[in-house]
Amino acid sequence: MSKVTQDHLNVNGTKFTIDDSWLGESLLYTLREQLGLYGSKNACEQGECGSCSILLDKALVCACLVLTGSAIGRDIKTIESLAPEGSLSVIQQAFVDAGAIQCGFCTPGLLVTIEDFLDDNAEPTELEIREAISGNLCRCTGYGRIVEAVRIASKASTDTQGTADDGN
Amino acid sequence: MIMEVLIASSAEEICELLGQDNSRQLLAGGTDFMVEVNYRHRSPSSVIAIDRVPELRNWHHDGDSVVIGSCVTYREIERGPLATLVPALAQAARTVGSPQIRNAGTIGGNIGTASPAGDMIPVLSALGAEVSLRSSEGKREISLDDLIVGVKQTSLGQGEFIESVRVPVLESPQEFLKVGSRSAMVISVTSLALITYPKTQSVGIGLGAVNPRPTRARQAEEFIKDFLNWESMQVDPSGLDHFKELVSEASRPIDDHRSIAAYRRHSIGVLAQRALTRIFSERSPSV
Repeated sequence: MSKVTQDHLNVNGTKFTIDDSWLGESLLYTLREQLGLYGSKNACEQGECGSCSILLDKALVCACLVLTGSAIGRDIKTIESLAPEGSLSVIQQAFVDAGAIQCGFCTPGLLVTIEDFLDDNAEPTELEIREAISGNLCRCTGYGRIVEAVRIASKASTDTQGTADDGN
Repeated sequence: MIMEVLIASSAEEICELLGQDNSRQLLAGGTDFMVEVNYRHRSPSSVIAIDRVPELRNWHHDGDSVVIGSCVTYREIERGPLATLVPALAQAARTVGSPQIRNAGTIGGNIGTASPAGDMIPVLSALGAEVSLRSSEGKREISLDDLIVGVKQTSLGQGEFIESVRVPVLESPQEFLKVGSRSAMVISVTSLALITYPKTQSVGIGLGAVNPRPTRARQAEEFIKDFLNWESMQVDPSGLDHFKELVSEASRPIDDHRSIAAYRRHSIGVLAQRALTRIFSERSPSV
C-alpha cells in the first residue's frame, strides 16, 4: 500500500512536486492551476466535452475525471507535449491547412485525441474518425473540417511512412 | 474535502484499508465519482484508488465462464478476446460514453454505481452473472440481480467490495440494443440485452433503464419459447406482438428529463422484438 503524501506528477517527461493539498483535486485543476499547463481546457468537468483530453499511461482520458492523487507515478502526456515549442505536429499543421479551427477552445482536446487515434489506426475511414472524436465537442465547425484535417494528417503520415520505407 | 488518497496494490490491501475504516471511498475509473467531486456533491475524506490492483484489472477463463475483474475497462471489454467471448457485453461497452470514458470506466464501477441506466446491467442480468464480493471477513458470491437492490443501492456489506463478475461463455447469438438521443456520450433512455441459450432452447432478456433494479422479462422469455425454431433459427411472427407487450409489461419506467415513461414502455418492447428478429428470422411455420 502506498499512502500518497508529497509526491511527484510525471507530466510530459518532467517530474513536478505536488503539495498534498492538491491530491484530492481533479488532475485537470492541478495541471492548470498548480502547474500552469493551460492547454488542457476546462469546460464541463463531467467528461462530456473532451476539452481536457490527455494521455494517462498512454490511454486517452478526460483529465477532469482523474483524481490527482491517483495519477501519482503515472505517465501523463498533455497537449503541450505534441510538438516542440515553435513547431507544429502533423495533425496540428493539418488543422491549420483544413481550417478546422474556429474559436479554438476544443482544439487541444481534439488534437490529443486524434494523435492517439492515428497512432492506432493510420488510415481510418470516415466512420472510424467520427467515432474516435465522438467524445470531443466542437460547437463551431460542424466537424466537417475536423474530419478533413484527420484525413490530411493520415495521408501526410502514411506518405512520410512510404518515403521512409522506400529509402530502406 | 479529500484529505487522503491511498493507492492499493492488491485486493488484500483493499480489505485491510476498508477494515481500518469502512467509510473510505473506493475509486476505480472515476467517471461517475469524479463528476460528483468536481461539482462538490461528494467529498469523502479518504479515497482508496483500486485501479492498479492487478487481480482486479485482469480477466480469465474458468471452465465454461469468464471471470472479469472489477477494474477491467469498457475499452478492454469492447475489443479483443472478451468481445468474442461475451459479444453482448462488448456491444454494450461500445455504447458507453466516448473513447475517453471507455478507457477509464470499469465494469465493477458500473455495477457498484447501480444506476438503472448502467449499460452493463441488462447484459449481466440476461447472462445470469454472479458477482464475487470480498472483505476482510472473506469472500462471497451473489447474483447481480440480488446485489443491486434499488436505484443506486446495493446490498454490499460494510467494508465489502466487488472483486469480479462471472459470466457464461455461450458461443451463441447475443444482442444489445440501446435508445438514446445520439450514438455517443448518451445515457440510455432504454436498453435491452437478449441472450440465446441453445441448450435449454430459451432466451434471456435483460431490461435497462426501465426499472429501479435489474429486471428480466421472464414472462416474455417463457412465452416466446413456443414460437422459436432452433434448427432453422426462425421465429413464428404470430407470437411477436404479444411478446412485445409482455416485455413492455415487465417494465416500470419513470418520467424524467431524458424521456417519458410511456415512450420507455413502448421502446423497450420494440427493442425486444428487434433483438429477437436480428437473431431469429421471421418465417411462418407453414412456409
